[in-house]
Amino acid sequence: MSFLRELSEARGVSGHEGEVRTLIFGKIRNLVDEYRVDALGNLITLRKARVHADRPVPKKVMLAAHMDEIGLMITEVAKNGLLRFSPVGGIDPRLMLAQKVLVGDKKIPGVVGVKPIHQLKPEDMKQILRHDQLGIDIGATSESQAEGQARVGDYATFDTAYEELGEVAKGKAFDDRAGCAVLMELLKADYPFDLYAVFTVQEEVGLRGSRVAAYAVEPDCAIALEGTVCDDLPKKKDISPTTRLGAGPAITVMDHTFIAHQGMLRHIVNVAEKNGIPYQFKQPGIGGTDAGAIHTAKEGVPSVTVAVPCRYIHSPVLLLSLKDLENTVALVRETLRTLTADIIRPE
Amino acid sequence: MKELVKKLTETYGPSGFEGQVRELIAAEIKGLADEVRTDALGNLFALKKGKDSSKKALVAAHMDEIGIMVTHVDKNGFLRFTRIGGIRPLGLPGVRVVFGNGVTGGIGVEKLDDRAKVPDLDKMYIDVGALDKASSPVQVGDAGAFFQPFVAQQGRWIAKAFDDRIGCAILIETLRKLKKPQHDVYFVFTAQEEVGVRGARVAAFAVDPDFAIAIDITVAADTPECPPAAMELGKGPAIKVMDNGMVVHPGMKNWMVKTAEDAGIPYQFEVLEHGSTDAMAIQTAREGVPSGVLSVPTRYAHTGCEMLDESDVQNTVRLLVELLSRQVELA
Amino acid sequence: MDCKAFLQRLSEAPGISGYEQVIREMVTEEFQKYADDIRTDKMGSVIALRRGQGPEPRRRILLAGHMDEIGMMVSKIEEGFLHIAEVGGIDARILPGLEVMVHGKKDLPGIVGTRPPHVQSPGERERVTPMDELLVDVGLSPEEVGRWVRVGDLVSFRRPFTALQGDWAAGKAFDDRVGVVVVGAALANLADSWKHSWDVYGVATCQEEVTFMGAITTAYGIRPDIGIAIDVTFGSMTESGDAETYAMGGGPGIGYGPNVHPKVYEMLVETAKALEIPYQVEALPRGSGTDAWEIQVSREGVPTGVIGVPLRYMHTPVETVCMKDIERAGRLLAGFIARLDDKTMEQLTPRLDAESGS
Repeated sequence: MSFLRELSEARGVSGHEGEVRTLIFGKIRNLVDEYRVDALGNLITLRKARVHADRPVPKKVMLAAHMDEIGLMITEVAKNGLLRFSPVGGIDPRLMLAQKVLVGDKKIPGVVGVKPIHQLKPEDMKQILRHDQLGIDIGATSESQAEGQARVGDYATFDTAYEELGEVAKGKAFDDRAGCAVLMELLKADYPFDLYAVFTVQEEVGLRGSRVAAYAVEPDCAIALEGTVCDDLPKKKDISPTTRLGAGPAITVMDHTFIAHQGMLRHIVNVAEKNGIPYQFKQPGIGGTDAGAIHTAKEGVPSVTVAVPCRYIHSPVLLLSLKDLENTVALVRETLRTLTADIIRPE
Repeated sequence: MKELVKKLTETYGPSGFEGQVRELIAAEIKGLADEVRTDALGNLFALKKGKDSSKKALVAAHMDEIGIMVTHVDKNGFLRFTRIGGIRPLGLPGVRVVFGNGVTGGIGVEKLDDRAKVPDLDKMYIDVGALDKASSPVQVGDAGAFFQPFVAQQGRWIAKAFDDRIGCAILIETLRKLKKPQHDVYFVFTAQEEVGVRGARVAAFAVDPDFAIAIDITVAADTPECPPAAMELGKGPAIKVMDNGMVVHPGMKNWMVKTAEDAGIPYQFEVLEHGSTDAMAIQTAREGVPSGVLSVPTRYAHTGCEMLDESDVQNTVRLLVELLSRQVELA
Repeated sequence: MDCKAFLQRLSEAPGISGYEQVIREMVTEEFQKYADDIRTDKMGSVIALRRGQGPEPRRRILLAGHMDEIGMMVSKIEEGFLHIAEVGGIDARILPGLEVMVHGKKDLPGIVGTRPPHVQSPGERERVTPMDELLVDVGLSPEEVGRWVRVGDLVSFRRPFTALQGDWAAGKAFDDRVGVVVVGAALANLADSWKHSWDVYGVATCQEEVTFMGAITTAYGIRPDIGIAIDVTFGSMTESGDAETYAMGGGPGIGYGPNVHPKVYEMLVETAKALEIPYQVEALPRGSGTDAWEIQVSREGVPTGVIGVPLRYMHTPVETVCMKDIERAGRLLAGFIARLDDKTMEQLTPRLDAESGS
């Protein structure tokens, strides 16, 4: 999983995933038989069947992991040199204060400033500032000075360095560079069917890339690989943590975008239990993934989502368990190797 | 038909878990269709060939009902839950729910800090009488549906899930009454309508019809102090003009009106501000499908005591049979 | 093409989403002057084709401007007064006192009624009246209303086109009759001044305001290699220029963001510079809110562009535009189309071996 660092630090906000795509392609080009980039920027690769199966298997299986991360777009260069911005994908405005960002392909450093506490009244500190009330300060004192470095349309990312703290990794964009890392590992194994490993774009702005990729690939079934919500902090009420760090890959039963195919769900659980791989069910009804767009492509595609739990998802700094990452690879690899046609046959 | 409706409404089938409803319908339509199949999302297709196979119609009714899904079993065996489809918190406390394995539970609610505010789902839980987490007969991911018996009295029917088991019943009755339709008709009992018209989307792509009709319910606005709308019980099937998800193809609407008037079937117009149907997904399939909707006006939609008028149901069957017996006219 | 005269004809005619017949006829009459082929598809969009001069099979570009407008529909009739539901997004604050046209068995002028301030309580006067409490009055007896009007009839804004200072204009439905005019202007420009090797599909789409129906179905049917949506964008209302608003008279906005193919954006900007057409960069951090949203995800995906003509007071009957921006947009698109050749598609595909891919 050495590429998790590079994947996390690579920059690719929805609509501008080129750097991530180039990075991933460089590492997997020798593992795939065919590859292409489509109209939206998806990297669609094919690893042909390399082993023989003794039972009927699906012909085409699609795996999807999205390359894009949430970030910001510069919408105005103000007269005083500050950059106004708008979020790309879902960002809680409360997380923007006092953050450090990198603007544009030139990685111009900037900070999202806040009025000092000395100058605030108590009631001011209870106000949530919306993104249109904030600005990115790159140290420019005029519009013309700023325009030399940053322009309307530039994308900005959080400036978070990757670090390992024992078994736990810290970094930005594990949603979904963790999924990309899993998919890259899976390409090292052999399967009895054609595996379409699709590194999708624009998941964060509406599952856009996976939609057109699924239409083109027309798979018999699909698995989306994600980084997902992990809310296992201490709570007053005895309610769901959504997922728990270290409790294994999280399997989606239902979220806002799809209901998992029951046959595939049963199969994954059987595989986990048979092989002693820890797993958990993600809290139903939270979030959405590429499976949401894939499962309604053309005449319908049996789909599931398997994800690595990430604390503080959609924030500038995430934590994940490297053990969870390993177990996610193991679970999906074994699921694929034992996948048969009758699992996805209509009832 | 009453017996059929009773069976259909009393069957368990929240979105994504329509198996029992599908089995029931498959048994009811045995021998009535030329080809029957199921697809990846669980839609049930029944093709009835017509006199003129050059055009294809798709007629849809959805099998799924709204429900809940368990999100957490707490250490004392109480179940936290989330919605499947459009569940409104106002109707929940005290309601009975049944799970796929037959276990029954009731919905309870935490103490309210502000009795004037309607609590949201996160302040509620389901109690199946379990002693603790380990012995709970229900797990995270299990789906539950409302539980209510069907009642018929004085020409009015009361049940849960008329949305859209009444549509399924109407399709089955139509299949029974229709000797040979004019065009090839794909009767599709769709899955997962309540969570985003997902079944209809893939079904329409697969069938690629020339025109489509969805049969669903609409709101009846003839109850005390309700938001203004024109639909009422007993005035006949509602021919939809517009809802929250679509403006109905004027050609389809006009053809439905003309047919109803020709055949002397009462009808009313429907303009619905909140809610939509499978037709919303069907009409944007491929290069587009002119789609219309016939709706059965229903009071208390999405509750355990939906109420409709028997004559409206009969007249909807009559109108659908009339439409499918004729050449489609889209001018 | 006389853009102002065409815009006036289109603006003053009714064409609410799903019921665009009158607009369809006007568009067909105008577009066929510059097209080899013109037809209306089964869902109601008008498709005009200008064949290119390259060898077959030719690449295709789709230009889309939506011809439908927002409006209202009769939802219930009560004692001769009409309850209304919105078709598309309407700010209910603009409705009280508005003049409308009720399209029943015949067209009936009407007013969205209000209660005079004299009889309202202070509490009532402080609140915005929601749409379900507003009633349209056509001034007829309940019996007469019953003869001419039914539930489901459409109610459109009634507002004549107004010429303002400096070749600006105001009226209803400029969103997006302005886009339709731009598509026509592009076709006219091509017919007048440019050779082009690609086939050009100039489309007036239906039902954008409610379902993007026209964009979805025409993109599916035409299978374009590039699709460009022309819509209106938010014209600045203050001197300082708020973020995400654009100067009136500053030229068309060229969209940039996930809903736009970055190379299409680049090529549009290059064209604007080469032809010395003023333009503005329209930051679109998420969707574009235009037909491009659906065109981009048609089938296996389509490289898309977005052109936004600055417009003030969107979704009201006083939408205001600078005519020059419309003409510029038309010329920009014609110039862009003229540069498309057999190398374009290759240039649109990102190179995987380059350092910064896209």
